[in-house]
Amino acid sequence: MNGDPVVRVRGLRTQFGDHVVHDGLDLDLRRGEILGVVGGSGTGKSVLLRAIVGLEACQGGTIEVLGKQIGTLSGPDRRALEQRWGVMFQDGALFSSLTVRENVEVPLKAVAGLSDAQRQGLAELKISMAGLPWKANGNYPSDLSGGMRKRAGLARALALDPEIVFLDEPTAGLDPIGASAFDKLIVTLRDALNLSVFLVTHDLDTLHACCDRVAVLAERKVLATGTMAQMLQVDHPWVHEYFHGPRARAATDGIPDKD
Amino acid sequence: MTVADAALPDLSVKVVGHRAILSGHLVVWTLGKLSDTPDAAGIDLAGVVRMDTAGAWELARRRAAGGTLTGLSDHHAGLLATVTRALPVPDPAVKAPPWWSRILDGTGRRVAGALAYLGELTEYLGRTLAALGRGLRHLSRFPATSLIHHCQETGLRAVPIVAVMSFLIGVVLAFQGSDQLRQFGAEVFVVDLIAISILRELGILLTAIIVAGRTASALTASIGSMKMRQEIDAMRTLGLDPDLVLVLPRVLALVLMLPILGLVSALTGLLGGAVMSWIELGISPAVFVARLADVSVSHAVVGLIKAPVFALIIGVIGCHAGMRVGQDAESLGRMTSSAVVSAIFAVIIADAAFSVFFAQVGL
Repeated sequence: MNGDPVVRVRGLRTQFGDHVVHDGLDLDLRRGEILGVVGGSGTGKSVLLRAIVGLEACQGGTIEVLGKQIGTLSGPDRRALEQRWGVMFQDGALFSSLTVRENVEVPLKAVAGLSDAQRQGLAELKISMAGLPWKANGNYPSDLSGGMRKRAGLARALALDPEIVFLDEPTAGLDPIGASAFDKLIVTLRDALNLSVFLVTHDLDTLHACCDRVAVLAERKVLATGTMAQMLQVDHPWVHEYFHGPRARAATDGIPDKD
Repeated sequence: MTVADAALPDLSVKVVGHRAILSGHLVVWTLGKLSDTPDAAGIDLAGVVRMDTAGAWELARRRAAGGTLTGLSDHHAGLLATVTRALPVPDPAVKAPPWWSRILDGTGRRVAGALAYLGELTEYLGRTLAALGRGLRHLSRFPATSLIHHCQETGLRAVPIVAVMSFLIGVVLAFQGSDQLRQFGAEVFVVDLIAISILRELGILLTAIIVAGRTASALTASIGSMKMRQEIDAMRTLGLDPDLVLVLPRVLALVLMLPILGLVSALTGLLGGAVMSWIELGISPAVFVARLADVSVSHAVVGLIKAPVFALIIGVIGCHAGMRVGQDAESLGRMTSSAVVSAIFAVIIADAAFSVFFAQVGL
């Protein structure tokens, strides 16, 4: 089941004015894997995510998601594709005028033939799977803590049982306990739902705890991809510094090697 | 469309006696097709090629309702177990209090909230005055530049709109008054009508309402957006006093500017009235001025006494609302509109109180 790429990026070029963010970037996300995308600030990790889901126009190259080329799709095809992926933005990006349950029900409204009770039940199931307590259902986003907002954002991203989930900095701003609970949650959901996960992060602990493969963005392209063990062998100075710095050592020490 | 159609999942439901035989995709998109099948019916799943959490949720629900499942593949059974484990457990429902208790509760909370709001406004008034005292004692810390800037923003920039509005009010008063007074042959008293109503009430009241709409919202928005980005907290940690740096210059600028705006409003209002009286009734400007001299000056005094009080009300309500903005943009919008409504309402209440007061003291 694993192996075939669900996202294929080839020769991607994005730029804002004169500022080139990506040039000749190649990247694959395979079915059923969790791919961690890392890179320094300003290397365009979030831009890459936005380009793949079509929020950012690219100036060259091709992006294929589930076999469909982004940017060439007609309206209905594009909507059909959007229902096969979920995106969790950095701060959850919940609709502030809706409760958590209503937020998760928003994507479910596109499904014809669901009764109100079914929609509500499914939303409550997703909220519970994302690890939120029952009383969060009726809360508004402004009542929730940062970690809970991220979980609610994840619940909304998972509402339609997508094949691919894009997560933008899921553990940024969480305390270590909350962050490691979120790491476990991502792995659990991937195993249960056979998700492919595209995970933009800065968090070395997250990389160790959940990612099957890591892609390092630097110098406007993907500098290296591979497992964490392979990353430790790369001798590019930035990559070496990233995976061998004091924080990286601290992250590796606590966790037994996956391989 | 064929590409999209080919990818669409499909589920066929065949009902045989008390059993439903499913084949195809049991996913969120096809869940509606099961709605005709009774909950307790047996369900055969041997033909299901794909199932997602929505399908598993429906099966878990039916199993709990007494339905039987057969032909479940191992992979789907695993998903069903995962979903069953994750099913949310509702909190025990809290018994709702009786209706009369809810009404009493709501009323009490509102009254207490209103009293607390008045208390907070009084506190802000006190803090502003205290800040004024501190600023005057240490003149080097007095925010003079900021004061001048806000005088320009709330005073000078408001002159055109206040002038035009008052001129038109004068025109309207002259026009309507002359129509009524002509029936008694007392057209010339239109001058008294215009002078008294504009000098005493309308000029300053309408100016205060315009300023409340213009400036109270601006105060809330500027202080509120600083509050939202934690700039106020940063100021406190750096030893800057937000009352002195932010609130004082804004409120003081209003207190200094509103009387001047009231004067501008009175003059342009009289001008509008004079112009209309001349056109409509043939009262020449010379006659208008002569009649005007007979109107007691106390009316103008009454009007101008009210101005600083209105200014304080508008400034304190605007700054207080700004300080109450939370972390989200929504509260900024809510507080801005509520500041305008509260400020206008409070100005009108204060005007009514002034009317009663001046009637009692005979001014």
